[in-house]
Amino acid sequence: MIIPLQTRLPKTYRITSVKKETEFVTTMTFPVSLGARPGQFIMVWVPGVEEIPMSVALDDGKKLQITFFAVGETTKTLAQLKKGDLVGLRGPFGTHYEWKPKQRLALVAGGYGAAPMFFAAANATAEGCSLEVFIGARSKEHLLYLKEFKKLPRTTLHIATDDGSEGFKGFNVQLLEKVLTDRKHSKSTPFVDQIFACGPERMLVSVSNLSFAKKIPSQLSLERYMKCGYGLCGNCVVDPLGIRLCVDGPVVKNETCRKISEFGKCHRDGLGRKHHC
Amino acid sequence: MNLSQTILGVHFQNPTVLASGIWGITAASWRRVAACGAGAVTTKSLWLQEHKGHANPVVISTEHWTLNAVGVPDAGIEKARDEIGEYNKDKPVPLIGNIIADTVDHYGLIASEISKLQPDFLEVNISCPNVEDEFGRPFACSAPDAAAVTKAVKAVSAKIPVFIKLSPNVENIGRIALACADAGADGFTVINTVGPGMAIDLRSRMPILTNKVGGLSGPAIKPIAVKCIADVYKATGGSKPIIGTGGVMTGEDAIEMLLAGASLIGIGTGIAYRGEKIFKLVCDEMTKWCKEEGIKSLHELIGGMHRASGYPPSLKLRRTGRLASSG
Repeated sequence: MIIPLQTRLPKTYRITSVKKETEFVTTMTFPVSLGARPGQFIMVWVPGVEEIPMSVALDDGKKLQITFFAVGETTKTLAQLKKGDLVGLRGPFGTHYEWKPKQRLALVAGGYGAAPMFFAAANATAEGCSLEVFIGARSKEHLLYLKEFKKLPRTTLHIATDDGSEGFKGFNVQLLEKVLTDRKHSKSTPFVDQIFACGPERMLVSVSNLSFAKKIPSQLSLERYMKCGYGLCGNCVVDPLGIRLCVDGPVVKNETCRKISEFGKCHRDGLGRKHHC
Repeated sequence: MNLSQTILGVHFQNPTVLASGIWGITAASWRRVAACGAGAVTTKSLWLQEHKGHANPVVISTEHWTLNAVGVPDAGIEKARDEIGEYNKDKPVPLIGNIIADTVDHYGLIASEISKLQPDFLEVNISCPNVEDEFGRPFACSAPDAAAVTKAVKAVSAKIPVFIKLSPNVENIGRIALACADAGADGFTVINTVGPGMAIDLRSRMPILTNKVGGLSGPAIKPIAVKCIADVYKATGGSKPIIGTGGVMTGEDAIEMLLAGASLIGIGTGIAYRGEKIFKLVCDEMTKWCKEEGIKSLHELIGGMHRASGYPPSLKLRRTGRLASSG
């Protein structure tokens, strides 16, 4: 019943470095490990502003990184902070991607979903996995972590942009479908053992359908409005299962995703009211 | 050992109840908690109109305590109608509709609307300690205010039993309970969160909660809850059922609350400590303990401390004690 103090009580750390990935995307490094696994999230607190959930972009046992898109008031304020400024962290929370050593994995990342997916890729390749990575973004300048992915062993990179400014013109899931259809180990054996996906919910629905049709297991990272992060407030419950995605997610196996009737259709706001996607 | 009982005409398979404010914001979540073994579920506090809560951070914990200032967010009566209506279609365990408002009149209005949805009990939240900036001191801190709310709710709740959720942050909880009982309360939920309390981040020197202060719950508050339950039980002569809530983690905690005078046991923060299986674990642990002690029915336990000890000690005895120690 003893829980580590850090998990649920934020503590502030001084930012050790800030890197601008693109015009809107920033990566920040903190001098602490929270023992996060790929796919888990943490709560990031900007004192005096707000605390928001974020995927972990890296936790290597010594330092922790987050990569975020400055889209709201809190992320915009966060993006302006500099080396030495204080940010509160608590977590890690929720489920993470699971694989077995030496598996063949397809990783599908949309937009800034590339950051947590790189974390999964780095750890999985370290355990002998081989990867097919499908990165998608609106256009060339929004592609993230390409250099980092290219350095990984046993990794093939597939790039898709909506406007065709780099790689395949279209969605990364279309590329995934093509690869899965064209390349099979044998007639009955799929090209990969599992698919991991992180990105916009529309993209996740496509991955879910493809994974179901091809009978390849998948793990998808679902996003819902998080407050406490550890199963108390209930704000991240999904219909009709009533499960809390901060505890039973964010990484959810496809068989569970397909039982979530609101998947790809609607989500609840901070008052618990439903909004259609 | 059978943990079931019937209270004010409502049958409960076991005494565990999902406490208000935790997890239960939708019909699906109430069903999920029921499937985890809860004997009943309580809605989050329902407002007539939309009410925004506080900004994150709103809930923080250590192994000893949890502080929350979620700020009672709710979308209003339309959502309550949708979700309770959905739950009523196939209801696995009783539902307690928890209501909140800013004025006595508004308590009457929300009670009237929620009563139409036929919850098994109404629970009236007059004791939230983390909206004081917005609404002032909770109604539960004054006997006349608490009685006025009770009267307004009872006037419109028809046959649905009304439980008043009391605050531990008062001088004499027994006196408040008695005032509510005189105004028609059918039962009590004891207690709401303690304090409020505060936690400060050392480096930034900022209070961690955006609301700066928040209600204290979790393992640390159990002795306060037990004492408050005993006080309310004593003040009402054991005539009103009590939902004992505050820091229950184990079956033995639950039994302690029964001995103080509770009939049902609220579990909320405990979910963060033992996971969703806490309802089943608490029931299994209660059953095991009762078997070992040869207890056949919960009624043997409810209020047992009062029968064993005579509580509280009389005024005369306390005076004698003080004199003796000062001498």
